[in-house]
Amino acid sequence: MDAELKELYQQVILDHNKSPRNFRQMENATQHAEGYNPLCGDHIDVYLLIEEGFVKDVSFKGEGCAISKASASLMTQVVKGKTKEEAEKLFEKFHDLVTGKLGANPDIDELGKLAVLSGVQEFPVRVKCASLAWHTMMNALHNKEEKVSTE
Amino acid sequence: MSTEAEIAVAVSKKYYDVNRIREDFPILKKKVHDKNLVYLDNAATTQKPTYVIDRVNKYYTTMNANIHRGVHALSQEATEAFEGARIQIKQFINALGKNQIIFTRGTTESINLVASSYGRANIKEGDEIIISHMEHHSNIVPWQLLCKEKNAELRIIPINNNGELIYGEFEKLVNEKTKFISIVYVSNSLGTVNDVKRIINYAHQFNIPVLVDAAQAVNHIKVDVQDLDCDFLAFSGHKIYGPTGIGALYGKVELLEAMPPYQGGGDMISKVTFEETTYNELPHKFEAGTPDIAGAIGLGAAIEYVSKLGIENIKEHETGLLEYATKQVSEVPGLRIIGKAREKTSVLSFVLDNIHPHDIGTFLDFEGVAIRTGHHCTQPLMQRFKIPATSRASFAMYNTKDEIDVLVNGLKKIIKVFG
Repeated sequence: MDAELKELYQQVILDHNKSPRNFRQMENATQHAEGYNPLCGDHIDVYLLIEEGFVKDVSFKGEGCAISKASASLMTQVVKGKTKEEAEKLFEKFHDLVTGKLGANPDIDELGKLAVLSGVQEFPVRVKCASLAWHTMMNALHNKEEKVSTE
Repeated sequence: MSTEAEIAVAVSKKYYDVNRIREDFPILKKKVHDKNLVYLDNAATTQKPTYVIDRVNKYYTTMNANIHRGVHALSQEATEAFEGARIQIKQFINALGKNQIIFTRGTTESINLVASSYGRANIKEGDEIIISHMEHHSNIVPWQLLCKEKNAELRIIPINNNGELIYGEFEKLVNEKTKFISIVYVSNSLGTVNDVKRIINYAHQFNIPVLVDAAQAVNHIKVDVQDLDCDFLAFSGHKIYGPTGIGALYGKVELLEAMPPYQGGGDMISKVTFEETTYNELPHKFEAGTPDIAGAIGLGAAIEYVSKLGIENIKEHETGLLEYATKQVSEVPGLRIIGKAREKTSVLSFVLDNIHPHDIGTFLDFEGVAIRTGHHCTQPLMQRFKIPATSRASFAMYNTKDEIDVLVNGLKKIIKVFG
């Protein structure tokens, strides 16, 4: 496989695509939002259980490519247990990573699990795939009713 | 540049020299990610032969001027070339007169022209317009807009699991409220060739006019507007090896003459005062403003090129490619073809178990293979098959079986990575 392609589809991504974490509807969610990518028809639901300012639980359901599914799965892992403010900060960090603002060799310690998504910045058309879950999570966090659209 | 004689040599009764034809398309020599380009996104747009590129170039280098108004030599030359392209289109689709050919920006604008002009003048509250479940958004939204404005209703011809129209259901939809039918000739997502003649014959028993969206038809099958007896027919230049931004609308004279103008401006008038304007005759009544002159001339050249090769020869070659590809992908585990109509053009739409079309598209790109992934501007059709998207390989006159092998090997590699 081509090096650039390998960077995009790292083993971790393929694994999360195959068995996404927290992939379920949440019955007791306090917040929920829907996201949609009209370009490819991908659709995602993000559920949050917020208690005392903490993300006590987070899950997602939906259909998407490997990048969007893995990104959503990783997001649920890193956001869980964080405060709302910390979750927002993580969103910013993630956004800077996939849009290339952190450069080709970002600080892996700071990014943690999200670092596997660094290959996305080389594929401008796939940035939206990786971002959909995060934008949807942000809407859920702020209780925004309108559907997220990448376009 | 190929001369006419050289093009004729590429096809004889004995053989179809695809390698010779490929030489006419300079872009096919391009490398993508260090691989030979394998261009299989022809239903989105086709590549352009030197024959077309040179003609456009020649227009700008030797005869660029505005048309229909200058008395100087250049303007006359440009007008002649532009109107010559109109005659080429007329002959290509076998229209009776060149005044029935209206230049537009493409199929989308052609359909919008009819919906806006004919539709607004004739559709009333409570009327019904029929389209099908396999329409491109460009043959859905203009009618939806019209229906909303007029409080009319859009009715949909259902399709079966193979992606074919259910003609019996169509006949049941037709009633005294039906005032217009707009139907796609060949589905861009499935490749299904519809029996539009059957639809038209049935509709005409009740004096209902029919528009045929021929965007995906003109480059694959012989389109004859007199034989079809369609009332309107729309197509785009760029799907038939011509430039983007140019297309045509064919219409029956009595309908076009009765229709109000679509846009106002220069060239569409015969006399203007501040009190009143008299409109120009057909087809100029519908061609306000300076058109894409170079585009029209390029489209004329593309039609010449295709005609010299022979649409039947091209079709035969493409049918061979489709049969080969269909057979080859049957060996790919977990692959399901979407669209199994008996009558198909060279479109192979498919889904792979547990692998999203976008991932397939990115992977294949690294093999040099360009395919389309997504909903193909046919979201209702995707909903019908309960899928968000497909991968679509579409073949043209210059594709080869070797290229299909590259596609199939690429798919097998993807399955290994995701497996």
